[in-house]
Amino acid sequence: MMSTLVASKAMLLRDLRRSIRRSQDLAQSLIFFVIVITLLALAIGPDDQIFTTIAPAGVWIAILLATTINLERMFLSDYQDGTIELLLLSSASLPALVAAKIGAHWLTNACPQILMAVIVGAVLGLKTDVLVALGLSLLLGSPILSLIGGVASALTVGLRGGALLLSLIILPLYMPTLIFGTAAITNAALGLPIEAELFFLSGVAVLSASLAPFGAAAALRIRLS
Amino acid sequence: MDFSRLHKYASPMHFYSWSLAVAPWLGIACAVLFVVGLAGGLFYAPPDYQQGESFRIIYVHVPSAWMSLFIYMVMAGAGALGLIWHVKLGDMIARASAPVGAWFTFLALATGSLWGKPMWGTYWVWDARLTSELILLFLYLGYIALQGAIEDRRTAARAGAILALVGTVNIPIVHYSVEWWNTLHQGPTVTKFDAPSIDTSMLIPLLVMSLAYTLYFCTIVLVRTRCEILEFERNTTWVKQRAAGVNAV
Amino acid sequence: MDTEFFAMGGYAFYVWTSYGLSAVVLIANAIGPRMREKSLLKKIVQRTGDE
Repeated sequence: MMSTLVASKAMLLRDLRRSIRRSQDLAQSLIFFVIVITLLALAIGPDDQIFTTIAPAGVWIAILLATTINLERMFLSDYQDGTIELLLLSSASLPALVAAKIGAHWLTNACPQILMAVIVGAVLGLKTDVLVALGLSLLLGSPILSLIGGVASALTVGLRGGALLLSLIILPLYMPTLIFGTAAITNAALGLPIEAELFFLSGVAVLSASLAPFGAAAALRIRLS
Repeated sequence: MDFSRLHKYASPMHFYSWSLAVAPWLGIACAVLFVVGLAGGLFYAPPDYQQGESFRIIYVHVPSAWMSLFIYMVMAGAGALGLIWHVKLGDMIARASAPVGAWFTFLALATGSLWGKPMWGTYWVWDARLTSELILLFLYLGYIALQGAIEDRRTAARAGAILALVGTVNIPIVHYSVEWWNTLHQGPTVTKFDAPSIDTSMLIPLLVMSLAYTLYFCTIVLVRTRCEILEFERNTTWVKQRAAGVNAV
Repeated sequence: MDTEFFAMGGYAFYVWTSYGLSAVVLIANAIGPRMREKSLLKKIVQRTGDE
């Protein structure tokens, strides 16, 4: 038990340190996110009214795409250099180690994106209520994306055409999160309560957190057997 | 005791012979049910007082929609059998079911949209059920794509089982959220697919057709599982002997 | 079997396309696997003969 905790913590810190070393990956995904928002603005035109109504959907779609692109990297380098095989042999529980990896991925990929989304939202002139709803819905929704994404990433790690396959598998599973995430922001814009949506997102996040590490661990075992 | 019997029936070799004996009878029963169901649906059921003759699409739409969900459950269940209890036959049945399920989902979407045109005025409406079916189709296609990407059949089947299980947890969430999304954006639309009190003369053909579709799936999945067995076990002696025997006759 | 039956009260196109499409898909899915099984058996025999 103790060794599992220690090992997971070590795993988390190692992944965090590595992502900080490779900060260009991080910067790229943030730039990608901003580019998608810009494309959306260009496609809609400079009409502020329309843009503010569509912005929540745009931000969420941009987050989904950026997450999907990042997911391929979750287990890839460990798969290539053989670290995963060592993890499979280790005495610490694999789901706990996988959970640490997913957590590190969330901290280094999703958190900066959430921050960026709120900043972009503020720059675009969203109202405070809407900004709060945006931040909260992303904060509760993005762990779901990372957790379910972890299972899909483990299933497809190292496969030919992995990125496209991964998005084909993962995007349908993301639809409920998208629906409730954007609904929270839309409600906030209309001055309606957003608790129901946030409760739903928290519920799914807890469900995913309790199941996904086991699924991802099983997926890694199968892929490497 | 019970368990050893299960393993005997779940051995691919035993299943192969058993399915050869059973499939034709299932097929005949299925054909009879189709004839009865189609006669009932097209001739004996009276036209709907609101939708006229167009409601007869129900007899091909609802069974397809029912099969699309049922087959996903079969796929996930058989996959779990292979994944958790290492029953090889489970892997094979799961792989055999997926394409059939995807086709039924496609049919449910196509017939739903053909039914929607005279009712709604357009082929596609973001109706909760059509949208859920569309997402279900994406789930099937993701499963099939994953099967195609992994070379080793056994690994592919087990990886697919995990995906199918994740999908199974997701399906009720998808269904609920789409329904909720639909009422939020369109107001509670009276969906035309709801038949609050369906007349017995309309209901019986529907039940017969649903049973016919279910038997159709059972028959097809037996044949498809046999193909999977031949692919999985092509290097075993019994498969070689059987292939030689069949071709000699 | 009169024309009135085929007209389906003006909904002929929708009703018959639905039934036709379903029939095509069901029949194709019934025939396909049987042909695949035959060709698989043939292939296995050929491979065994080659050895």
